[in-house]
Amino acid sequence: MKERAVKGLKIKESLIFERSAPDRRGIEPSYGAVPAIPPADLIPKRFLRSPDDTMEGFPEVSEGDVVRHYTRLSQWNFGVDTGFYPLGSCTMKYNPRINESIARLPGFKDLHPMQDEEYTQGALRLMFELAEDLSEITGMGAMTLQPAAGAQGELCGLLAIAAYFKERGINKKRVIIPDTAHGTNPASAHIAGFDVTPVKVGPEGILTLSSVLDVLDDDVAAIMLTNPNTLGLFESHIKEIADALHERGGLMYCDGANLNALMGISRLGDMGVDVIHINLHKTFSSPHGGGGPGSGPVGVIKALEPYLPVPRIVKKGDTFALDSEYPLSIGRLGAFYGNFAVMVRAYAYIRRLGPEGLKRVSETAILNANYIRAGLKERFELPFDHVPCMHECVFSDKRQNEHGVSTLDMAKRLMDYGYHPPTIYFPTVVHGAMMIEPTETESLETLDNFIKTMISIADEAESEPEIIKNAPHNTIVGRIDEARAARKPCLRWTEPKEESS
Amino acid sequence: MSTPEDLKYTKEHEWVRLEGDTAVVGITDHAQDSLGDVVYVELPEEGSDVTKDEAFGVVESVKAVSDLYAPLSGNVVEVNEAVVDAPEVINEDPYGEGWMIKIESPSEEDIAALLSADEYEQYVEEEK
Repeated sequence: MKERAVKGLKIKESLIFERSAPDRRGIEPSYGAVPAIPPADLIPKRFLRSPDDTMEGFPEVSEGDVVRHYTRLSQWNFGVDTGFYPLGSCTMKYNPRINESIARLPGFKDLHPMQDEEYTQGALRLMFELAEDLSEITGMGAMTLQPAAGAQGELCGLLAIAAYFKERGINKKRVIIPDTAHGTNPASAHIAGFDVTPVKVGPEGILTLSSVLDVLDDDVAAIMLTNPNTLGLFESHIKEIADALHERGGLMYCDGANLNALMGISRLGDMGVDVIHINLHKTFSSPHGGGGPGSGPVGVIKALEPYLPVPRIVKKGDTFALDSEYPLSIGRLGAFYGNFAVMVRAYAYIRRLGPEGLKRVSETAILNANYIRAGLKERFELPFDHVPCMHECVFSDKRQNEHGVSTLDMAKRLMDYGYHPPTIYFPTVVHGAMMIEPTETESLETLDNFIKTMISIADEAESEPEIIKNAPHNTIVGRIDEARAARKPCLRWTEPKEESS
Repeated sequence: MSTPEDLKYTKEHEWVRLEGDTAVVGITDHAQDSLGDVVYVELPEEGSDVTKDEAFGVVESVKAVSDLYAPLSGNVVEVNEAVVDAPEVINEDPYGEGWMIKIESPSEEDIAALLSADEYEQYVEEEK
């Protein structure tokens, strides 16, 4: 398998500060007929940079230096456009280029959020119809597109739940969250003012009714469940858990980060879910990773609609309008209406695929994940192997541990073969977890090559573990001391002291 | 994995050393080994109260962030600021220099509920 290792020219690059030379400039501003005025004549003193605060150390570079610097750095990057990116729970699917063309139409990209509704009818219609489509896909009664990403969606949903109980004069303080949950779940519950009660999943990797009943009482406002969960398993008891929760007056929250497994097959609204957030950037194909942009719409049952953020987009006859007359609303989540360009991409994606296409997306995502699961389970420990997986599968490093090789080592070694590593050490219920989500957009050849690579890494773990423990070898930067980087972070460039000879 | 006989343990992987009327608390060798390199620790203020089975702090490694659970209820009389400044001590010496807090006058009942070294080792084995 060594012939598959990465090869290519990647040029080393120094820091932009190290490219600096005194008085070098990118441009010489020409002020033309406008006379230069000292800033102190125009700007109040309290806003001016202090004379002691010099610009020393700021990089002085030409335009060419800047272009070359950042272009080189961009060539070190790895993205779904360069290779297979099976990062579990992140749904790194191929992002169709037609979405980009549509998001860049002048009527969308040049809109100002404060433009009159009269001139933004197309955008409002797109948002209205997208919300309707998402409600249909998830089986919910109403949808807001405002949250900027999944975690803000969680907060939005939980604030709506808190507002719902507050308005009814019901005091419920706790939220039940299984140990397979995304880390954002307990954080969001805490910020929304709830106490978190953790509960362990059962031996089959899913939440059981009996473990919920052990901690369920009238103080429970909600259960936050991810379906399929982060082990890639369908939470088959979700309906009975929701029924038991509803009997106690609580509400069912679903983290819809893994919706890519369910579209057109089953609807969370039909499983007793009262609130769900969706990650448009994952399931509905927007380029993401590296911090954004995201979009985390929240769907709710009709009883919770009055609490959704404002402004809501409403249809009045044949026109669309922004409406803030919702006195029970939790208010605004941001300055405007959410990440609009991501909504455009999601709308384009849904319209292009249609109901049948979306169903095929989910079916193929599940098939691909099970193909990898079947191809690797002879060589890698599969902790939950009693049922097929959904859109992702989770292995552990138990067998490679015997040769002193860990998940981290294998993740680094995968980079040598030109793959982005899977999600590692999550979910935490699996020791040394490797969470692999291939998505539906990868070909059979890609999956076969990945399986071959993983098997050759398993061979290496037995025959020459050192090569894995010191990986990566082919990347521009080798193994990094992650602990030292976290303990003693170097956040600022300082001029190197001149070495005395 | 080292599990000193003279300490008490919890299922959340904390250890307790009783020194007169004070209980010294830290995380076990197994815990530090599973976490990997510890890079950050958050501990309570001196003088604050902690409640048995509730989170009293946070430990963060390159792999994960975990809550620290109080093995006993009581007042925190001393906090080991040295582990906050140099969290690697927790990996190097979990039962010694890596101690985290000292709790004053824990109840007999709380102490009785702790695990012995044998019980803890057995628990870890079963969890694997």
